Amino acid sequence: MIEFLVNQGWDKDVATGVALLLGVVAVSTFGLLWIILGIWVERKFAGRVQDRLGPNRTGPYGLFQTFADLGKLLTKEDITPQGADKVIYNMAPLISVGAVLLIWAVVPFSKEWIGSDLNVGALYFTAVGSFGTLAILLAGWGSNNKYALLGAFRVIAQLVSYEVPMVLSILVPVLLSGSMSMQEIVNKQNIWYIFVSPIAALLFFISSLAEVGRSPFDLIEAESEIVAGFNIEYSGMKFGMFYAAEFLHAFTICVLASILFLGGWRGIGAEIPGVAGSLLGFVWLFTKTLGVYFLLMLIRNTVPRIRIDQMMAFNWKFLVPLSLVNLLVVAFVGKILQPDYVGVTAAATASSGLLSLVYQLLGPNLIAEIPRAVVIFIASVILWWLVSMVMQRYAIFEHLKAQTLVKEYKPYSPSPEQPTSAPVPSAGR
Amino acid sequence: MQVNEWIFIGIFFAIAWIFPAAPIIMAQLLRPKRSTVAKMETYECGIETSGDAWVQFKVQYYLYALIFLIFDIETIFLFPWAVAYNQLGLFALFEMVIFILLLAVALVYAWRKGALEWA
Repeated sequence: MIEFLVNQGWDKDVATGVALLLGVVAVSTFGLLWIILGIWVERKFAGRVQDRLGPNRTGPYGLFQTFADLGKLLTKEDITPQGADKVIYNMAPLISVGAVLLIWAVVPFSKEWIGSDLNVGALYFTAVGSFGTLAILLAGWGSNNKYALLGAFRVIAQLVSYEVPMVLSILVPVLLSGSMSMQEIVNKQNIWYIFVSPIAALLFFISSLAEVGRSPFDLIEAESEIVAGFNIEYSGMKFGMFYAAEFLHAFTICVLASILFLGGWRGIGAEIPGVAGSLLGFVWLFTKTLGVYFLLMLIRNTVPRIRIDQMMAFNWKFLVPLSLVNLLVVAFVGKILQPDYVGVTAAATASSGLLSLVYQLLGPNLIAEIPRAVVIFIASVILWWLVSMVMQRYAIFEHLKAQTLVKEYKPYSPSPEQPTSAPVPSAGR
Repeated sequence: MQVNEWIFIGIFFAIAWIFPAAPIIMAQLLRPKRSTVAKMETYECGIETSGDAWVQFKVQYYLYALIFLIFDIETIFLFPWAVAYNQLGLFALFEMVIFILLLAVALVYAWRKGALEWA
């Protein structure tokens, strides 16, 4: 891109600037365009799960429903409640969308297509993602509404708590690939990390479900408890922005999950240099992402909401200890069998016949990583078995406790002299 | 090369706010403006708003925030270790184990003290 402009007779610095600007616009437009299509996909899917048609009136298959909604939101009256902190109130929706869009800067779409291959990419997207938390607090605080503020407190407690297991599970791909750059994590991922450390992948998925506030962790919305939570006072397009941000965030975590654990753009033919390989890589990434997104939608539509105390206990008493232990296990077991890239490459060149064919088919880097992957996978399975044993014990303990509570339970009787167990003579009909 | 990457992020930071701002400004031009006193009141179950929005809330939120702070800082320390993990020897690994265990003790302490209970 830059070379092309320079060849056209542009100044080098200007060309770089224009190329970067175009890159930014391309990346963020892709994100926003996906919102429009994706909302339709999600509503249609929810409709099918609940045995109804979903949007089907506006356009073919209801495809234009989102545009109709957009038109509605644009012409809605926008109310700023009295006593609201105007600056904070208006800033919150901007930050909430901006925070999610900024994550897309480090998403590697293919071997060559990436907005910005930061060498701290993994840290960058967690940092930028937490701007969203800030936006919610601003929205709750700025609205001058009790429900909004209480909802915001809840949300902050949830998002902040679930960030801990999320970051700890991101550490596993970082540790295995030895880099925080997103492109490097994909490049080193000869074996998908979900097969190396399935527990980390599971932890990442669960905690990012909570991060985007999807069911079963949708206490953010909790329409039956705190009206609508932090965005109660927002109307019109500002509300639309919160909606779009939440939606885009849900999609973004699916992209991140497929990059960190499902090999990103890697797939058959994605290594080919040039546009063809890049397109294939993009298609691969998108396919994996839609797979994760399908799972997310399925969970959203089938799992009931959990209580806030259960949610916090689940995080601090289960996810955080498990992610710490998992990280330690991966770190320890990974040290036993370090991948020997040089040795395997030498063996590959020295080998002949069928063995050489195998080496060429899989690539020496993949073969070199197999021993470590197998060992860590076995360790993960053992860890999961231990965890399930502990959970079983805990479940039995809780069950017995509940039984004793039931036995000791006495129904309320107004006078202690006459327990209700004695049948009260009826006065007849 | 790396500088270019950061310039990209800089431009992104400047532009990312424009995308959500554009529809809001557009809506500002299109929407009707007929505000009344009743409309501008903050919502509270349909009845008149009583009292301040700054109500009392659970002290529990503070405890979670404090525990989060401990672990957040811990993860920041863990990142460089994870990046260098392939080059590090066993000694660094054990050092990190001790570091994590120290924080795990903090978690256990908070757990035993009941800071994690939503009471």
